[in-house]
Amino acid sequence: MSRSASDLKPGEAGIIKGYQDNVISLKLMEMGCLPGETIKLNFRAPLGDPISFDVAGYSLSLRISEAANILIE
Amino acid sequence: MSEKKFERIALVGNPNSGKSSVFNHLTGLNQKVGNFPGVTVDKKTGYTRLPDGRRVRVLDLPGTYSLYPRSLDERVVFDVLIDTLNEDYPDVVVVVADAANLKRNLLLFTQIKDLGIPVILALNMLDVSTNLGQKVRPIQIAKHLDVPVISINGRTGEGIELLKKALSEGFDVSKQPVCDISSFSPEVIKAVQEKYQIENPYRAYLYAQQWRFLKHIPALERLEIEKTAKEHLFQNEFYQSKETINRYKYIDKILEEAVEYNVQESRNLTRKLDKLFTHRIFGYVIFLFILFLIFQAIFSWASTPMDFIDWSFSELASFLHDRLPSNKLVDLLTEGIIPGIAGVLIFIPQIAILFAFIALLEETGYMARVVFLMDKFMRRFGLNGKSVVPLISGVACAIPAIMSTRTIDNWKERISTILVIPLMSCSARLPVYTILIALVVPKHYVFGFLNLQGLVLMGMYLLGFLMAIVSAVVINKILQTREKSYFIMEMPLYKFPRWKNVGLTIVEKSKTFAFEAGKVILAISIILWALASYGPEERMQAAAQYVNDNYDISELSDNEIQDKIQAYKLENSYAGILGKSIEPVIEPLGYDWKMGIALITSFAAREVFVGTMATIYSIGSVDLEDEATIKNRMKAEKDPKTGERKYTLPVAISLLLFYAFAMQCMSTLAITWRETKSWKWPMIQLVYMSVLAYVSALLAYQVLS
Ligand SMILES: Nc1nc2c(ncn2[C@@H]2O[C@H](COP(=O)(O)OP(=O)(O)O)[C@@H](O)[C@H]2O)c(=O)[nH]1
Repeated sequence: MSRSASDLKPGEAGIIKGYQDNVISLKLMEMGCLPGETIKLNFRAPLGDPISFDVAGYSLSLRISEAANILIE
Repeated sequence: MSEKKFERIALVGNPNSGKSSVFNHLTGLNQKVGNFPGVTVDKKTGYTRLPDGRRVRVLDLPGTYSLYPRSLDERVVFDVLIDTLNEDYPDVVVVVADAANLKRNLLLFTQIKDLGIPVILALNMLDVSTNLGQKVRPIQIAKHLDVPVISINGRTGEGIELLKKALSEGFDVSKQPVCDISSFSPEVIKAVQEKYQIENPYRAYLYAQQWRFLKHIPALERLEIEKTAKEHLFQNEFYQSKETINRYKYIDKILEEAVEYNVQESRNLTRKLDKLFTHRIFGYVIFLFILFLIFQAIFSWASTPMDFIDWSFSELASFLHDRLPSNKLVDLLTEGIIPGIAGVLIFIPQIAILFAFIALLEETGYMARVVFLMDKFMRRFGLNGKSVVPLISGVACAIPAIMSTRTIDNWKERISTILVIPLMSCSARLPVYTILIALVVPKHYVFGFLNLQGLVLMGMYLLGFLMAIVSAVVINKILQTREKSYFIMEMPLYKFPRWKNVGLTIVEKSKTFAFEAGKVILAISIILWALASYGPEERMQAAAQYVNDNYDISELSDNEIQDKIQAYKLENSYAGILGKSIEPVIEPLGYDWKMGIALITSFAAREVFVGTMATIYSIGSVDLEDEATIKNRMKAEKDPKTGERKYTLPVAISLLLFYAFAMQCMSTLAITWRETKSWKWPMIQLVYMSVLAYVSALLAYQVLS
């Protein structure tokens, strides 16, 4: 079972290696979440969801369900 | 130098890139808001003067991340740019890019460049990127992309003149595409190119990718494009991801040479503020505090200008009433038109203040944090983090609030938000609440400092909010959709607001309200005045006779006789007849025919309640100076059957509940229709809210009395 971006801990980074869902991956790629790119979990919202990430030089917030589509190594 | 002079400029850019700031610099107050044909997306256009003296048109397109649209707003950008015959198709595009976030901003730029439209890259926010320790070299970028690159500052206006100069001079269009898509299914591209005589291969490729959205092409032809694509195994998703990856590869190559990154951690301020603003306790405390501040501001700062508008219009009306000959036309002016206009303008202070705050929150970047904080909570009720702002705006006025739901991409969440917004207590309800609360709630202080009337008022707002949430849950259960809900949102850096942008937002929103809702409110108030002034001829003429027969004239003053006559006339006017005819329906709620009139007139717009009450109790009152306030008139009102006070606690509560839940605003229904493009939704809104209002008022009155 491979890890996804939603499994990261605050401050922890991973390298994107692929996606689980095709449709959302297109949107995520446009937003700079490309394979090979480093993605770092910044902090979670107080209710645990959504999550703020640092990627491609800016901050992006994603719901857990969306972040779970980003596979990392 | 190219021959053709640019006449039509379009601004394109990512959200938060500073596009509106640049637009404001170019056009100043010389801008106007309209609609794109067929959709309700705001179309901001304006004019700017170039150094060569020409006045050219500037179009501000909605912010978007790419030419593959997700929301209605983004779709417009695609519509305008894909069809060279579109009435808004520009001669030149200025892509405003956030230099602190170049990588992502350049994606859209490269797509637009590949469309073959002349394009200028306006590098904005260089000051921010410098603060972040980055060194951007515009010349390198220009060299790689072979386009004019202009450094500007959306905040100070630096570089805007250079941008205008570049626009007036024109330039050669680079033909070299950033992403060569010719290897992606050349047969399909060629077929589309030939059929539609498109020179540019990327444009033809986008036809094949997004045939669904090609509004300018008949549906059958679109299906033909799909068929051609299918025949040649056109792989939409695979090509799109390859395209995105290729573009980013190219962008990376440019940025390697054009931008120097210092490794220092420089987003410190934003980091620290985020710790605070999204803290699990302070985050909410601060948000509540800001909400509280907005409420305070709306209710205390707005009251002086509102009183002033009220006062000056009633002065004007009585001045004209005294000076002009007395006839029906003058009555129409002083009793119908002038109060009607005042009824529209009176809301402007509150709307202006609300949008000042909203603009401020957007400008500073805080709004994205509110969405972030509230998303999970709102999702439980079938809404979205982005529903928070429209719901809060609903406290000022449902019209701009419903208009601001366009940022919600998901159709179901957007419809739910639109449907429940009118349950939020808008400012038109405030005068109704105030007067009813003042009638039945004593002016006590609780714990020595909390005003009891104020507490009840706050309770009304809370009630509206709770009902909105509950309704959203129910609506969510009923509505079916296959569409997935996305969140994906940029968290911009915190910034100090630019006051001029805030000012321009205020002007724009107030104007939208005054013209969109204003006409309806004005028209309705004139109709109402007519209904209350006219009635069946024979009954109106019998007024004097009636008073003569039923009262001992010798004991009444002239004024009192006049009042009795007017009261009789109103009772027999069309409004009175209508009010009486609904009496059986509203009697179980504790209302009489006078309240019936007010209810009918309120169905046009709630605030009319107070105006109608004033009309009912003051029409024809000879001496304006002597006129008691509406509140006192209502207090003195007796139930003709029992002789007791009419406005008892149960009646007032029943009325409060009715006004809290009823859909009594034509303008809102009109906006819902405009935003959803169907009569279905405004009708649903009307029915469910009316039922809610009637049942809760009925229960309250029957239980309490
Ligand atoms: N520091 C800095 N801030 C800017 C610049 N241009 C715009 N801003 C600010 O960036 C924020 C977003 O700008 P806005 O024009 O609303 O962006 P839009 O969403 O693209 O229309 C606002 O707070 C602006 O005042 C700039 O060149 N430098």
